[in-house]
Amino acid sequence: MRMLKKALLSPPHPWRASSHPPAHRLLRNRFPVTRFPRGFVLALMFSFICLAGIFSYSSAHATLSAPADLQVIDTPNDGGGSLTVVWAPSPLDGSESQYQVLIGEPGAGDPASLKVIAEFPANTRYVKDAKGGWWTRAADPTWHHYVIRSGKGVDIKDGTAYPVTVAMRKGDERAAGPLLQGTPYANWFNWNQLNNLILALGFGALVFYTISHAKRNNIFLRRIPGLDAVDEAIGRATELGKPILYLTGAHDMSDPSTIAAAVILGRVAKRTASYETELMVPHRDPITMAVCQEITKQAYLEAGKPDLFKEDSNFFITSDQFSYTAAVDGIMLRKKPAANFFMGSYFAESLLLTETGASTGAIQIAGTDSDHQLPFFVTTCDYTLIGEELYAASAYLSKEPIQIGTLRGQDIGKAVVLSVILIGTLLATVGVATGGSWPQLFLDLVKDLK
Amino acid sequence: MIFLRRRLPLLITMITGLLFAGQYYVPHPSSELLLTSATKWLQIIGGFALVLGVSSLFHQHAVKIRRQEAGWGYSLVLYGGMLVTIVAGAMAWGKESLDGTMTGFGWVYSFMMVPLQGTMFAILAFFIASAAYRSFRARSREAAVLLVAAVIVMMGRVPLGEYLLPLSGDVSQWILNVLNASVRRAILIGVSLGAIALSFKIIFGVERSYLGGGKE
Repeated sequence: MRMLKKALLSPPHPWRASSHPPAHRLLRNRFPVTRFPRGFVLALMFSFICLAGIFSYSSAHATLSAPADLQVIDTPNDGGGSLTVVWAPSPLDGSESQYQVLIGEPGAGDPASLKVIAEFPANTRYVKDAKGGWWTRAADPTWHHYVIRSGKGVDIKDGTAYPVTVAMRKGDERAAGPLLQGTPYANWFNWNQLNNLILALGFGALVFYTISHAKRNNIFLRRIPGLDAVDEAIGRATELGKPILYLTGAHDMSDPSTIAAAVILGRVAKRTASYETELMVPHRDPITMAVCQEITKQAYLEAGKPDLFKEDSNFFITSDQFSYTAAVDGIMLRKKPAANFFMGSYFAESLLLTETGASTGAIQIAGTDSDHQLPFFVTTCDYTLIGEELYAASAYLSKEPIQIGTLRGQDIGKAVVLSVILIGTLLATVGVATGGSWPQLFLDLVKDLK
Repeated sequence: MIFLRRRLPLLITMITGLLFAGQYYVPHPSSELLLTSATKWLQIIGGFALVLGVSSLFHQHAVKIRRQEAGWGYSLVLYGGMLVTIVAGAMAWGKESLDGTMTGFGWVYSFMMVPLQGTMFAILAFFIASAAYRSFRARSREAAVLLVAAVIVMMGRVPLGEYLLPLSGDVSQWILNVLNASVRRAILIGVSLGAIALSFKIIFGVERSYLGGGKE
């Protein structure tokens, strides 16, 4: 090397000063080579050109190499009726080339009989882009995948083997992978939702722990003005000698908000029984009516006033939204109840009910988890139980350790959710800033995956 | 007796509660079939329960007519309306049109029910105006903030408002997307946790007051 450098940097030879020598002479002078016959040199050059041609031809075909490590599997965690194809990425994946997914009728062995059901650029559809957690990935995140479902002239049936392959296409050329068989079937557990199950069970365990903790310890409860006002409203109705109107919302007993409303009704009915105040509970659902009749009857029994219980204090009006609203508005205007309770779930009728109630001068207490109706309740009612306060009302009114313990569990749950949101936001930001994929390991754990 | 009134319902609640909570995690078609069947069962039970509801309605209004309470005339209208609708429905086999011709039942629905429902819904606009007037009076600092936010959002949602206040569109969108959406999500998180906790309590029999019958 040192010699080569020296040769290149050495002062020009005397003949160079006189004229500019041809390049081949210059090279030959600097790098002396053995002299070969001219025919041999021409043959060597011809061979080199031929080899270069062959090399370039084979490299052109390398871009169209068949998809490697092709696998056809049943789509995991689904209800059947679909297959998933995965294959390794090609070093020449790009927007100019496409992948084609081909499927044939069951039993078909001729690749020519397969039909193309999907074609997409070769730099798309990666395993990492699939909806699902990292713990259920069928292949490396950098691999390609495609889910074959019924449609586009293909009917995928469970338990039947289908011939499938994937081809790479660029222009008019195409390289197909091996023909593989895949059999779809229905799965019994969606492992993508494992995180959901663990979180739900964890929260349930937390609630039961806090209930047992509340039985042994005193837990402080923050006052909620809306619930403090329940006694005030019932007392006012008693003083005025007017009835109390209680609505349980638009949904049936399968909705947690209706159950919460029915539970609160029990507490309210107990107070009205004690104060000997009339209670009216118009319903939109007959089953809710039957349940609330039982709850009211029990409340009157517990208050020691079973003789004051009226079977028709709970009555059915109609399931129709606006007919019900018109009927309840009529009751408000004719009977002029001193207190109106709007608990449960509501829709457009909320303002029609509460504004009419406000016009009669009644004290109004609402409690709903219908976030879209909250502004109307806040505007027109004296007190509003917002969202979770509806579920907490039962605990506040009863003061039972079981109910209070549940509240503590909910509060801890909220703290956990807020912490997860904070940590997740930070990790997602770090992931975007650094381009790293490791934050996804955590983010997937708290994602609602289907 | 205590078994039939308390323990059996609690047992049924626990088994069905756990079964359908588990159903959410099972993608197999049998699981879907189970849910569909249960939904149909609920609809059938709801149909039978409607008899309970209608009998309650009849009883309620019969008492009003008998006692001639205030507004008992409306109860007569209810009886008349119900009778006419049932007869019209029976004559039309429950269909609103037969061979392209509107039936009496269809006429009752199209020219009585729909306009009446529309009227009730239309009243909402006036109620919103009167409720807004009462709420948006700037009596306190909070009410003033509410008033300003409401005016910006209202201006930003109509073309004329955005023409008069060009920034109102972007600001109102920011109020809705950032302030409003974040508060809504916070409420929804609380609601969801409350609903899950209540569901756990009902499934495992911790919350029993919805059954009536008090403590054992």
